[in-house]
Amino acid sequence: MKVSRRDFIKTNAAAAAAAAAGVSLPASSMAAAGDDGIRWDKGVCRFCGTGCGVLVGVKDDRVVATQGDPDAPVNKGLNCIKGYFLSKIMYGQDRLTRPLLRKKDGKFAKDGEFTPVSWDEAFDVMAAKWKEALQKKGPTSVGMFGSGQWTIWEGYAAAKFMKAGLRSNNIDPNARHCMASAVGAFMRAFGIDEPMGCYDDLEHADGFVLWGANMAEMHPILWSRLTNTRLTKPGCEVHVLSTFENRNFELADNGMVFEPQTDLAILNFIANYIIQNKAYNKDFVDKAVNFTKTATDIGYGLRPEHPLEKKAANAGKGKLTKITFDEYAQSVAKYTLEYTSKLSKVPEDKLLALAKLYADPNKKVASYWTMGFNQHTRGVWVNGLLYNVHLLMGKIAEPGNSPFSLTGQPSACGTAREVGTFAHRLPADLVVMNEKHRDFAEKTWKLPKGTIPPKPGFHAVLQNRMLKDGKLNAYWVQCNNNMQAAPNMNEEGYPGYRNPENFITVSDPYPTVTALAADLILPTAMWMEKEGAYGNAERRTQFWRQQVDAPGEAQSDIWQVMEFAKRFKVEEVWPAELVDQMPAYKGKTLFDVLFANGQVDKFGLDDLQKGFNNTESKHFGFYVQKGIFEEYRLFNSAAGIPKKGHEMARFEQYHQARGLRWPVIDDKETLWRFREGYDPHVKAGEGVKFYGKPDGRANIIFAPYEPAAESPDGDYNLWLCTGRVLEHWHSGSMTRRVPELYRAFPDAKVYMHPDDARDRGFKRGQVVKVMTRRGEVTTRVETRGRNKPPQGLVFMPWFDAGQLVNKLTLDATDPLSKETDFKKCACKVVAA
Amino acid sequence: MTTERAKKTARSRRQFLADTAKAACGVGVFGLVLGLAARQAQSLPPVALRPPGAGAEADFLGACIRCGLCVRDCPYPTLRLSNLGEDVAVGTPYFVAREYPCEMCDDIPCVAACPTGALDPKLTNIDNARMGLAVLVDEETCLNFLGLRCDVCYRVCPVIDKAITLERSGNQRTHKHAMFIPTVHSEHCTGCGKCERSCVLDKAAIRVFPVALAKGQLGAHYRLGWKEKEREGHELVPGIIDLPDRLPQMPGAGLGNPGGKP
Repeated sequence: MKVSRRDFIKTNAAAAAAAAAGVSLPASSMAAAGDDGIRWDKGVCRFCGTGCGVLVGVKDDRVVATQGDPDAPVNKGLNCIKGYFLSKIMYGQDRLTRPLLRKKDGKFAKDGEFTPVSWDEAFDVMAAKWKEALQKKGPTSVGMFGSGQWTIWEGYAAAKFMKAGLRSNNIDPNARHCMASAVGAFMRAFGIDEPMGCYDDLEHADGFVLWGANMAEMHPILWSRLTNTRLTKPGCEVHVLSTFENRNFELADNGMVFEPQTDLAILNFIANYIIQNKAYNKDFVDKAVNFTKTATDIGYGLRPEHPLEKKAANAGKGKLTKITFDEYAQSVAKYTLEYTSKLSKVPEDKLLALAKLYADPNKKVASYWTMGFNQHTRGVWVNGLLYNVHLLMGKIAEPGNSPFSLTGQPSACGTAREVGTFAHRLPADLVVMNEKHRDFAEKTWKLPKGTIPPKPGFHAVLQNRMLKDGKLNAYWVQCNNNMQAAPNMNEEGYPGYRNPENFITVSDPYPTVTALAADLILPTAMWMEKEGAYGNAERRTQFWRQQVDAPGEAQSDIWQVMEFAKRFKVEEVWPAELVDQMPAYKGKTLFDVLFANGQVDKFGLDDLQKGFNNTESKHFGFYVQKGIFEEYRLFNSAAGIPKKGHEMARFEQYHQARGLRWPVIDDKETLWRFREGYDPHVKAGEGVKFYGKPDGRANIIFAPYEPAAESPDGDYNLWLCTGRVLEHWHSGSMTRRVPELYRAFPDAKVYMHPDDARDRGFKRGQVVKVMTRRGEVTTRVETRGRNKPPQGLVFMPWFDAGQLVNKLTLDATDPLSKETDFKKCACKVVAA
Repeated sequence: MTTERAKKTARSRRQFLADTAKAACGVGVFGLVLGLAARQAQSLPPVALRPPGAGAEADFLGACIRCGLCVRDCPYPTLRLSNLGEDVAVGTPYFVAREYPCEMCDDIPCVAACPTGALDPKLTNIDNARMGLAVLVDEETCLNFLGLRCDVCYRVCPVIDKAITLERSGNQRTHKHAMFIPTVHSEHCTGCGKCERSCVLDKAAIRVFPVALAKGQLGAHYRLGWKEKEREGHELVPGIIDLPDRLPQMPGAGLGNPGGKP
């Protein structure tokens, strides 16, 4: 905060007058002068995918304050309560400052005690374990679990190290638990990832529909924009669908609590209603849409020996078959108002009001969803069914008409998705299964043909299964808390980490549940302790400079990956025929070939941001972040790239701007994609063009209602739904270390309908056990407050490391996206 | 956990008795102690809240025999007994919202434990308790008044959407965002103190005070017309007439639409 000279004189004059009069002024009148010496610089919030701009205040190498950036287009100076406490998240009392290795008698031992060691010793032991695994079982025995909270370059470097360096596609981000279904549906419908619209739709829309997104708590600043539009625009309506009553319902004109999984039916009903009433946009459909249907009875992504998988006719199949409009109309005809109302338990008039909003040609509709859609055993289907509705009406890719997938992590889009950290992906929407894409990546990376393996690696849930089965033996977790976050911890996650055959490394700033389940913990620099970049939900890429140094010996994830790469000679990890293709690489380390390759090390230290430290660059001797970003741009912004549409601006431009929405072409951002005039990839006269698909047409994909993997029965008689609360972010490893946020919501509890509690003889606040076929958790009953579940369903947040809800959840996934359904399994609640 | 807590409260009760005994032994200060206790009895400090079912302060002090049973039966660390030297009448139960609020137990064990009716046994629904009244005391520092999305006080309220609502309005600075103003409704607020406890500010912007300190009172000489009409269900003075206004006879014309354009 700058104090103007006038303010300063005023403050001093007031103080002098007050002193003369013998009175003391309230402290706030004096505060402005005391702020001197704080350096302010732009940054971005560390938490959700909204991407609020913040200014970070540093004094004496410490972040002492933050403020919402008053000129940031997303939040205009506002923050939610987590953002208010950003300055405290790096300074928890138990920050890790030294590598910790489990040791007994001075040597590594799986059952040893965590002992401080040097980085050298840590990497020596780790490299020996990785090399042992590689020699014994090859590249599929090593793996990495990353994050939508990695910076863009961290994710890029890790993916390159694993896929090209160690030749293992066993790298997957925690975004698999979060966004994978959205990605799958984007690719199937449009052939290109990420939303076509942007946050400006929040002001342009006439109606909003929330499908399994508790935006009021999980995207608080976007919710305040939506609310403002609802308040100020005549005729604006808000429809909310959820399996329990959450805070959205307070604003809802039409709040609907539906039976879990029946969102599939409701969406087909809307499509049916639109067709029956001939409300669909014929011009748009004729011009821009293909009709298809997807394979059905596809199982639940469980282990292959599970009875449900054996029973499934087309387990894991995602094949699309072209159909006609009439065949499509026939397919949805079954979803009548009566049938859908009965199945979903939503009253007919409410369903009708919802369908009418979509079918009204004069109402612009924005639909939002998060985990209710994505964490769903039919997540890709349900995402697609919503696109069907928008595509039928042509209500897409223009201001206010916007199906919009919100993200939960600050860089789920920018990092996890865009740079290719998924087990099947490469940078800029390329995939490992496609030979042309592999060839392009290898050429761009100056690597021999055949370096990148063609088979997708183990996805998140499969990684835990493979750890347990002893097939994945050397494993590195960075920037997330997957022991607490992944499903079915008792049966899969924990046995996997503690399997004596495996060596687990966890990089984290704090001793999380995951870190404590590891064999080696690496202390990690976080947020403003490194130069960073995140990409938010509206395709906005935002950079920040390193503001402070990390404590003790903590180092950033990218430093760790690049330094670890020095431990491998190409001969140790590549077969002879690969090395022979590039004799110059003989005797070199993976660091040399991947990062000192003439591209990543192209920019010297003179280019560094003036006045700011850059720990990694000074360590490696070149501008690491710039080199990586410019190499990444060879995938998305150079001539002759395989997939256009992800164009990015030059590195320096992002340091100058408050974030830019890609594709950035000719120094202009793109707000709405696929629409002439807004998107430079759509030529004059084309109107609308879904250029991710070869014929420029989006897919309407019919998928039916199919039941959940596990539903309540006589024994386990309640639905269990897990999720978040506003006060805590994800596993709480940062927010629970902020005393005020801890006080605001100290411990998890199970939200239950008062009648369900009464029937079980529970009093509010009573200690109970929530049990599933996989485990039990002790908690307290809550029958009041923010969440109001219907009878038959309980809700429990997962932020609490003292109440590990994922001991309860089932590792059933969407067979297409491999994303877990954290919203539906069967439980019972008994007195503790 | 319960036993531990019981022990703790038992100990604090023992401690209290010991303290009292010690004090009583000092004959030299006896008069002083008496005077102190008498002065304390007259006024309750604004942060001290009585358990559910306690009536007006004077009545409560008359009926409370300082037995400590309500404190013993409180399953949370909420209730405590006042010690000598505190600003609350010695030996009487109270709680401080910012330190540990009332958890609003369904079965109200503190009331059940009271042998004298100082905590009214007729209180069987905790929603009817009036331990105090929440007041948003500082609009200048309340984050929601500044446009941020805190609203922690609202979400922790056990009587959410009744005792505290969020009143929405436009943010006149950003013109893009809504403000969510936490608003307390005394007809539903039990004074449990959860809001004050969880306020994330260094000093709480919302606080719970004894009702006598927190509540204003309208003069009996004035009534709110719209409320009276709503309560009666019709106009208080029946039969008043109105004559139509003369307006240009254009289609659709009206006062709000002069000229009658559609």
